[in-house]
Amino acid sequence: MTVLEQPGSYRPTPPPAWRPRTDPAPLLPDAEPYRLLGTDAVADADPGLLLRLYAELVRGRRYNAQATALTRQGRLAVYPSSTGQEACEIAAGLALADQDWLFPSYRDTLAVIARGVDPVEALTLLRGDWHTGYDPGEHRVAPLCTPLATQLPHAVGLAHAARLKGDDVVALAMVGDGGTSEGDFHEALNFAAVWQAPVVFLVQNNGFAISVPLAKQTAAPSLAHKSVGYGIPGRLVDGNDAVAMHEVLTGAVERARAGGGPTLIEAVTYRVEAHTNADDATRYRTDAEVEAWRAHDPIDLLERELRSRGLLTDDVTTEARDAAERMAARLRERMNADAALDPMDMFAHVYAEKTSQLQEQAAQLRAELDAELDAEEER
Amino acid sequence: MTTAAIPTTRKAGRKPASMAQALTSALRDAMTDDPTVHVMGEDVGSLGGVFRITDGLAKEFGEERCTDTPLAEAGILGTAIGMAMYGLRPVVEMQFDAFAYPAFEQLISHVSRMRNRTRGAMPMPLTIRIPYGGGIGGVEHHSDSSEAYYMATPGLHVVTPATVADAYGLLRASIASDDPVVFLEPKRLYWSKADWSPEQPEQVAPIGRAVVRRTGRSASLITYGPSVPVCLEAAEAARSEGWDLEVVDLRSLVPFDDETVCASVRRTGRAVVVHESTGFGGPGGEIAARITERCFHYLEAPVLRVAGFDLPYPPPMLERHHLPGVDRVLDAVARLQWEADWTSEPGRGGAERLAGGAH
Ligand SMILES: Cc1ncc(C[n+]2csc(CCOP(=O)(O)OP(=O)(O)O)c2C)c(N)n1
Repeated sequence: MTVLEQPGSYRPTPPPAWRPRTDPAPLLPDAEPYRLLGTDAVADADPGLLLRLYAELVRGRRYNAQATALTRQGRLAVYPSSTGQEACEIAAGLALADQDWLFPSYRDTLAVIARGVDPVEALTLLRGDWHTGYDPGEHRVAPLCTPLATQLPHAVGLAHAARLKGDDVVALAMVGDGGTSEGDFHEALNFAAVWQAPVVFLVQNNGFAISVPLAKQTAAPSLAHKSVGYGIPGRLVDGNDAVAMHEVLTGAVERARAGGGPTLIEAVTYRVEAHTNADDATRYRTDAEVEAWRAHDPIDLLERELRSRGLLTDDVTTEARDAAERMAARLRERMNADAALDPMDMFAHVYAEKTSQLQEQAAQLRAELDAELDAEEER
Repeated sequence: MTTAAIPTTRKAGRKPASMAQALTSALRDAMTDDPTVHVMGEDVGSLGGVFRITDGLAKEFGEERCTDTPLAEAGILGTAIGMAMYGLRPVVEMQFDAFAYPAFEQLISHVSRMRNRTRGAMPMPLTIRIPYGGGIGGVEHHSDSSEAYYMATPGLHVVTPATVADAYGLLRASIASDDPVVFLEPKRLYWSKADWSPEQPEQVAPIGRAVVRRTGRSASLITYGPSVPVCLEAAEAARSEGWDLEVVDLRSLVPFDDETVCASVRRTGRAVVVHESTGFGGPGGEIAARITERCFHYLEAPVLRVAGFDLPYPPPMLERHHLPGVDRVLDAVARLQWEADWTSEPGRGGAERLAGGAH
């Protein structure tokens, strides 16, 4: 009897390996983004943490404003602002222990400085005097990454290597909503899951990849849902709720540290500024949309909680604002000083030792520079 | 096409060994000497790689040091970058030349420039082993010669052995290098043999040194990898026509050994560059230009190229028409005498001779 003669009666029994290996239900994210601010559950949040987050958010916003202003003065080549996304940035910067590693994208300067990197060095790439201004090993912060999602497999490899060496190290990798469409996003999540690497993937869904809205990026119910196919948990969080972000990120970091493997977190947030200072956001979105999101501002949300607890005293706001102003003034001052560049540095770091080809080219540039100096002296 | 054996000096206690065996020995010795050396790629574990180069390594060193990865080249190279950032020395196997292309983004945007981006703070001690080239009857995507892409990327070393001894020595040097090395394995030489002892591997010059495989006076054949035996055979064949050919094996495309190449061309006054990869935009153009810039007054004839045709690698039943073989090399050598034709009537002399069926 063939299968065709008996429609409906044929029930193939797949070999065991074909069956789903884990129950997907525990991996699924919540239907709604996880929130603490404005709910009863926030009562458990430590006042010290709330105040720390507040000071960092205020400083972060000021940094974004100052950096954007510096682009107008020609002191920075470009700046992708994270205004509106500070809660994600700061929570990411604070969730890690000293020995852990952060893998940021070009928008994540605030997370980088929250790790302790010098605010001027964090801007080197965007200023244009070198590609990376800090030593990645010193603060355990990878270079700001421009090609989308390519830093994610690096985070997996580093975390995997650390675990092979027996070190207690977690890697936190940041990517945008657009970046989740890249092949490297998929490959990184898959490697991390197969290797059970101690990695946390943080997607900042800020609504747009330059001008392209999320609906044109993916048909998934949420970006957090993408985790299920890899066999790792997905979490959906309100990215403007600094306390919720901190809790979910810290939880995922601790889970990874304890050997629980990777987590994918989608922070739902909004980019209130344009993609960069060079972008015109009015071409792809309305003011009304932006205003609606401004009403859900991460600093306002936290201020409300601080106020209801009586923690938002004049002292607190003044101190946060003054600290932010001091930082901005230092930034302005240092960015207004001309960069000291040695063109010979171009040849210094291509290989451990210059090839004979590079030696010849370096000699050529040296001669050109010397000739320029001589000409200046004659004048 | 036949390939001549590359002459080696017979030493006591040496038995014939293949290039594949020498590569395996190099990996094993590197892993033994340095616990940070990790081998990773598709099927490199229990299978030992599709060419068996990693045979036995997973058993000997454990799956954590010889790892079967998921099937994803960008993922393999991307995670290897992270491992190198944490102080390991990954040796990545790309299964075949054309399957390395998905990893190009990681190679070009990160591997090659991490040292530069970080002002030297973050070197990339990575070795990327890529079996390359044709002549094994592979179907589509199994025979590409991609060296020009790698050569065009600053920050990468590009090396390719042609002998059993070099396969061992250059792979050890690549793994020991603090810079990333694209290690191109001429897959049709995997089974070529020479007298060689895994216990006493001979010293090989560091990366960046070419070697004169055969001395001669009348012209230099500049070549590398799978074309080295072809050129040696051509040199033997040319003897009967009165040509005494020198054969230079580059071994390293980046860095390029201008010194050895130019010394040879200055001695002989004539040069032919021979490789499998395409001629247009291929490595031969760069090499010919370097020779012309440095040896113009020594040259008796234009520097010629014998290369693969400028087409996607052909199907296996046609590859013998594509691969530069001994006859094509000899034909080029014959053209070296025609410098008057070449220079007085550009485009005519060679074309006529080709139309006359001379090759
Ligand atoms: C591989 C790659 N393709 C294209 C670009 C150009 N590009 C820069 S940012 C961007 C949009 C990214 O959007 P998203 O991932 O959502 O991050 P966001 O900028 O919103 O933080 C694009 C297309 C790039 N940087 N890398």
